[in-house]
Amino acid sequence: MTKKHRENLPISPDDFMHEFMRFKRGSVTRRHFLGVTGLGLATAVMARSPGAFSTAAYAAEDLGTKMSIATWPNYHDPATFENFKAATGVAVEVNVFGSNEEMLAKLQAGATGWSLFVPTNYTISTYHKLGLIDELDLSKLTNFSAATENPRFTKEGQIDGKTYAVPKNWGTTGFAVNTSKLKTPMKTWKDFFEVAQTEADHRAMVHDYQLTTIGSALVALGYGFNSIKPDELAKAEELLIKVKPHLFAINSDYQPGMRATDAWMTMCWTNDGAQLNRDIPAIAYVLGTDGGEIWTDYYAIPKDAPNKAAGYALLNYLMDPQNAVKEHIANGAPTTDSRVISLLPKEIVSNKIVYPDEAALTPLEFGAAVTLTDPGRAELMARFKSA
Amino acid sequence: MAVSAENKRRLVTAALVGPAAVWLFTFLVLPFTAVVIFAFGERAPEGGYQPAFTLAQFANLGARSAAFANTLTLAPIGALACLLIAYPVAYYLAIKADQKYRMLLISLIVIPFWTSMLVRTYAWMYLLGARGIPHLFELAGIDDVRLLNTPGAVLLGIVYGYLPLMILPIYVSLEKLDRRLLDASADLGASPVSTFFGVTLPLSLPGVMTGVALVTILLLGEYLIPQLLGGGKVFFIGNALVDLFLQSRNWPFGSAIAVTLVVVVVAVLLVAMRIAWRVSGSRQVDLI
Repeated sequence: MTKKHRENLPISPDDFMHEFMRFKRGSVTRRHFLGVTGLGLATAVMARSPGAFSTAAYAAEDLGTKMSIATWPNYHDPATFENFKAATGVAVEVNVFGSNEEMLAKLQAGATGWSLFVPTNYTISTYHKLGLIDELDLSKLTNFSAATENPRFTKEGQIDGKTYAVPKNWGTTGFAVNTSKLKTPMKTWKDFFEVAQTEADHRAMVHDYQLTTIGSALVALGYGFNSIKPDELAKAEELLIKVKPHLFAINSDYQPGMRATDAWMTMCWTNDGAQLNRDIPAIAYVLGTDGGEIWTDYYAIPKDAPNKAAGYALLNYLMDPQNAVKEHIANGAPTTDSRVISLLPKEIVSNKIVYPDEAALTPLEFGAAVTLTDPGRAELMARFKSA
Repeated sequence: MAVSAENKRRLVTAALVGPAAVWLFTFLVLPFTAVVIFAFGERAPEGGYQPAFTLAQFANLGARSAAFANTLTLAPIGALACLLIAYPVAYYLAIKADQKYRMLLISLIVIPFWTSMLVRTYAWMYLLGARGIPHLFELAGIDDVRLLNTPGAVLLGIVYGYLPLMILPIYVSLEKLDRRLLDASADLGASPVSTFFGVTLPLSLPGVMTGVALVTILLLGEYLIPQLLGGGKVFFIGNALVDLFLQSRNWPFGSAIAVTLVVVVVAVLLVAMRIAWRVSGSRQVDLI
């Protein structure tokens, strides 16, 4: 398996440098150099498609030898970074985060060393307001195609008509149910919180994340996911504190508990739902018919990125549908780009967990910036956890 | 010449103490000063810190009273549970165990420390989870045994994690014990039980106090075990701090709690030292 995968890799950076030095010394001809490194073919291909021509930036610009990206767990195909290194000589260090707040806290503190990161829709306006991100230079992102993106998933990357972030993938926040353990049919967040106190006593998990946990409790009570109204939050707090003694855990790392059947039900993000269902078909993924969250994760480049050139190069690489499709197969989250959809295997596109019917998405709301930063919600979460 | 000898001695002292002093100043005093300054500031609208001079953060400490209460009950209970298990082990090692095997037995206690605490705690998650011990119960016909994410699991994790820190100081103080005192006590007609309570126990108290102080102080800042074995439902000061810095990004309030925690730790240390001096009747107590 490993071997096969390596065979598909282009020339390694070491070999590339070796050939390059030979060429420089005059030991080999230019033709040999271009042939053995694949650059000749690449140039020929690019010369024929003018749109892709500026991908030659890999060769033209100094990309350095390493860069670092901040992203989420299980969110990329590891081969993507290996292939990128093979193509450009830039090694990618991957920093994995548990929450947007944590990412924001690190960027606010400064000197993260990231040249690319993956913020969720509702944080982008905050990053922009705090001056932590720059407008993207789209001329360096020739593989990004605004025309094939679904505007629902690009709009929060744009502020005052300028593009600050481009979408990676979208998803939903629903709940996963082990149907071999729980027999009550569930369709809504109201059902979720009721069953958590009865049939799923000590078997249900909620996120250790105020945005989704409080948001879902609000939805269960018939309020909006993003509410910051004190009286509505007070009702949500009442519900959460009533449910707490019945919960198995408050933890956003719910896959281990669900797989071990310690937990039978959990708040769940699309990609985790797809992975759980793929491995354990009895685990179903439910979108609340009473509401819930829809989200988009974006790519953005920090203002103080130490290696912007490599950040752009990797982002452009990831925007190439041929590379993106591998990413989507690996992480299971739905794509925002119709070029990628057409390349995906049929069984992925027809998976209703990943690509639900439009009607199932209608009641869902995007998280709002104020929902994330509201101090009232933060204090509510602390009271819930310490109760 | 005398001056130069004096200078030389100063130089040696500086060379010995200097690196530690620079280290402590850079990585303890400076950051802690920043924390203290933050504690008097305000949360910026988008989170983080903005300069101010206010006591509001300290006035708000009550908002985390549950976390303080949890910590201040579970830390002493955890330390006490450690003590009850550690003392017999240390006693056996120091007094009863065959000299030949003593080092071997001590290394058995220390070896688990070579593995990361995180890995060992994850091992407990597996053992206590549905595929671990509860599964064995199921095979024996007892269904629905739940161990993981209970206060009991947290206590077990604490005792497991901190036991060696309790055993070793007690062992050291028992090992130094002059055996002739035990013989004298027996010669004078004391039963083994009254020898233990009259002689052995008081003489080992400095070790006990060291162990209790060490474990209690570390437990006051504990974060990992309640998070992993308590399922995030058991909320300690450590967990409150992580949330304040990384989730709600209320750095000033987090700083105020951190400062308060340091004050509590110092207070615990002072009280422990007082008690240790009193019971041992001397000022020669090594706390930590």
